[in-house]
Amino acid sequence: MNNTVGTTGLVLNEPLLWEMGKKGRIGFSLPRSDVDPAPLDDGLTGTGPDFPDLSEVDIVRHYTRLSSWNFGVDSGMYPLGSCTMKYNPKTNEKQASLPGLAQAHPLLPPQLAQGALKIMFDLERYLAEITGMSAVTLQPAAGAHGELTGMLLFYTFHKSNNQQRSKILIPDTAHGTNPASAALCGFTSVPVKSGAGGILSPETVAGLMDEDTAGIMITNPNTLGLFEDNIRQVADIVHAKGGLVYADGANMNAVLGIVNMADLGVDILHLNLHKTFSTPHGGGGPGSGPVCVTRELEPFLPVPRVVMENERYRLTYNRPESIGKIHAFYGNFGIQIRAYAYILSMGADLKRASQFAVLSANYIKERLKGVYHLPYDKPCMHECVFTDQNQRKHKVSTLDIAKRLIDYGFHPPTIYFPLVVQGALMIEPTETEPKENIDRLVDALIAIAAEAEERPELLTEAPVKPKVRRLDETAAARKPCLSG
Amino acid sequence: MRYLPHTDDDVTQMLAVIGAASIDDLFASIPSDCRRREGLDLPAPMTEWELDKHMRKLASDMAVCPEHLVFMGAGSYDHYIPEAVKQLLGRSEFYTSYTPYQPEVSQGTLQAIYEYQTLVTRLLGMDVANASMYDGASGLAEALLMAVRVTHRKKVYVSSLCHPLYRQVVKTYFEPTGYQIVELPYLENGRTDLSKVDDLDACAGIAVQSPNFFGCIEDIETLAKKVHGDPKTLMIVSFTEPLAYGLLKSPGSLGADIACGEGQSLGVPRSFGGPGLGMFAAKKDYLRNMPGRLVGKTKDLEGRRGFVLTLSTREQHIRREKATSNICSNQGLCATAAAMYMAALGGTGIHALAALNRNKTAYLQGALKQAGLDLPFAAPTFNEFVVKFPAGFAETYNRLLGEKIVAGLPLESYYPELRDHYLLCATETMDREDMDLLVKEVTS
Amino acid sequence: MKEISELNFPDDLKYAEDHEWARMENGEATIGICDYAQDQLGDVVFVELPQVGDTFEKGQEFGTVESVKAVSELFTPLSGEVTAVNGNLEDAPELVNNEPYAGGWMIRIKPANAAEMDELMTKDAYLAMLKG
Repeated sequence: MNNTVGTTGLVLNEPLLWEMGKKGRIGFSLPRSDVDPAPLDDGLTGTGPDFPDLSEVDIVRHYTRLSSWNFGVDSGMYPLGSCTMKYNPKTNEKQASLPGLAQAHPLLPPQLAQGALKIMFDLERYLAEITGMSAVTLQPAAGAHGELTGMLLFYTFHKSNNQQRSKILIPDTAHGTNPASAALCGFTSVPVKSGAGGILSPETVAGLMDEDTAGIMITNPNTLGLFEDNIRQVADIVHAKGGLVYADGANMNAVLGIVNMADLGVDILHLNLHKTFSTPHGGGGPGSGPVCVTRELEPFLPVPRVVMENERYRLTYNRPESIGKIHAFYGNFGIQIRAYAYILSMGADLKRASQFAVLSANYIKERLKGVYHLPYDKPCMHECVFTDQNQRKHKVSTLDIAKRLIDYGFHPPTIYFPLVVQGALMIEPTETEPKENIDRLVDALIAIAAEAEERPELLTEAPVKPKVRRLDETAAARKPCLSG
Repeated sequence: MRYLPHTDDDVTQMLAVIGAASIDDLFASIPSDCRRREGLDLPAPMTEWELDKHMRKLASDMAVCPEHLVFMGAGSYDHYIPEAVKQLLGRSEFYTSYTPYQPEVSQGTLQAIYEYQTLVTRLLGMDVANASMYDGASGLAEALLMAVRVTHRKKVYVSSLCHPLYRQVVKTYFEPTGYQIVELPYLENGRTDLSKVDDLDACAGIAVQSPNFFGCIEDIETLAKKVHGDPKTLMIVSFTEPLAYGLLKSPGSLGADIACGEGQSLGVPRSFGGPGLGMFAAKKDYLRNMPGRLVGKTKDLEGRRGFVLTLSTREQHIRREKATSNICSNQGLCATAAAMYMAALGGTGIHALAALNRNKTAYLQGALKQAGLDLPFAAPTFNEFVVKFPAGFAETYNRLLGEKIVAGLPLESYYPELRDHYLLCATETMDREDMDLLVKEVTS
Repeated sequence: MKEISELNFPDDLKYAEDHEWARMENGEATIGICDYAQDQLGDVVFVELPQVGDTFEKGQEFGTVESVKAVSELFTPLSGEVTAVNGNLEDAPELVNNEPYAGGWMIRIKPANAAEMDELMTKDAYLAMLKG
């Protein structure tokens, strides 16, 4: 294991904030007061929260050390399937922090906010062009928020036709947010079993689709990394009974410039800017989940809409059929700026991004398929799914393989998703990973498979190199300690 | 292109291993009627330098301080953010990391969020806080849905002095549920009027905002006592300006069951309204009904302290259609920023800064009153307040826009009965001369 | 997870298809989940139980059992009214793992229909189902 990427290193311990500090310290430059004190009634005021008092040095050391315990995309390869952990361009960060944009109040009169309004207007157009859809809203703050928007669109569309349908078809390979979003809108999820090849079968969908079904939520490419070959037929079946087709666009990175989603029969599509469009994941967020729709559904989009007249931009709330609002303002504008900058930097090269993403995933699939069990041995899209079936006889599992990969210097792939595959290990390299790193990942996984046979304890006791070993998640759930 | 490292050589080698003749072959399985026929009609790719120029031009077509004086709050506040916080947040180990599902390599994020959760519980006087919702508006909607889940009742009351845009979001979330939302009117003094509520036993929860949209501080203690006349009904306190709680008594200490609102003031740039920070906290009785991620403390195999995401069975990836919410990605980096900001301020600092905000606004209120203007709502305020300008003030307002002064937010579009009323805000970033200039200009 | 042969299934209990067990004592049925179920679930972290006085039809969901990464619904093998719930599980959910048939019991029911007990499986029948 001597030439692996992962190595030991000195990281430093750091206490919790309230275990540090001394009363009277401050890490903030308090502004001078040029006005008289005007205290409020005693009954309204308190002594303030029990926060520790820390100096600027305390804060800087604290967070610098904490950051050293994290593995980010900038640290190394992060092949999380369905997350598209591609490189986050630094110029995007610079553009988002331009003071004219970063300090802008959202309720400025439009003539004082032309720059921001133009960015939103143009981004909507670019996303429409890239997806082949007709109209876009940038308001949803994340993919799941976009799904909620989609479900509200379903509800409002059917209501406008004096219908109230109660069901949504959801494939068994769907991300958990899909049924959760449907439930938030009062729909019952009807699971659709995937066919033998891992994709939806039109016959199965036809058997379930009826006039009480609002529509279907599909992911294409699906969460097994496979293109839903029958999607047009499926869409026709759903449309024939008056339903709508919602596409979860989490896996768009496989098909930019290659597939026109509207041609597939999709009525509503959400995108994840923090996946496909390079905006950073931020340790859990913020993301952004724009929703793209057909011309027919445009009137239902959330308000306000950005409109342009004679090269001047403004916002309008005049959309009587709109579903309303799902975010106080216009969505995560700071994230939209980053995606906008990314699209301007890539242009039509976005197609090459998808091509290289798919190339890299297929390369990994070929190199690993003799070593790990491949449930669907056919060309994959931008991600490939293996299982731990070959390694189970050594009493090691997908979890152990993932943890051992940490010691080799890689973030683990997605594990135990999708649920239809037992012990799933989903690998998505993305197009920004150089071939040498991909080869190192493959070599590491091959070495780990050998370790599973010869010294399985290396896996079951992994990881040993990071700041902490495996954590007791059972105790954390049995006796939750959620604040200090 | 600098984000695409694959060379022709790389491609040739990889295709050989795969056994495909060309990259196009890899897409052969896509039916031809699904293929895009035309290329992507996007602007030609910009170099880094062209992008800089393009963005600078767009950013210059915006009205921001200090060139402009923007006296607006209304859910988005101008506060100083220390350079140390900005640079720490710019550490790529924080912002290029994923959700901490592999805790061994995410302890930085996990401890930072655990600290955030803790500081939020202390700020709001609550037992438990989650790792964030999208913003104050969706947080309020989720709080009301949570009240419905907890009580099994289908009616909620929401004050008309909750932010108008938040109320629109609540209405949108509730539309397909069939639950009833009733709006509470306001009193002459600028506070919420709870007097007409007589069916608490049918009510899941009652939501007010404090400081409210008019900037007035609600009498939460009295409101909560009334609400708790029914043992099940939940008191929900929303907010758009959490800095107020550096000075005011916390919602939890006054009887709130859920406290939720917008955390942008705490170290997050305004950024034209997003990303924001949905702060969300509750009493521990309601823990298992809370939406959102939670970070918990635990130990590793060798007994060392560590942190993990926990109680995940509430969430969508496990509970699916029965989850407490559909939320997956949250506003993690913004929560980290808020924790850094609260840590930088400290207990002493946040109290002083909140008091300064209050004093600045009091000065502006005093100066406007002295200049003969009408401040219609008598309830005490924090850093925002309503002014009733003389009829026809819109003309002056528009002239002032041309002079780089935004004299508050006109309220008529939100409250049709409040013509010529404007919501003004003065934080620690407004100098006395700026406020004097405003007073001079609006009375000239 | 263990092999079936390593698991324990007392002879004097009856078993349901979704892995609950029932024991009749003094006219009341004690119900819990069997060794196979707890082994499959992993460490139990939380059990959600009904109230005393609640009534259920056979096959209805009466609660849930959670591990760190999964939630399973609990279905009652018998119709009836709940006469007791195991309050110890709130602070010690691990009893379900360690003593699935003793300290890990979940609810006690006054059966509405004595015949339903005969519809449940014996240990041998249940084992056959597991292996089949």
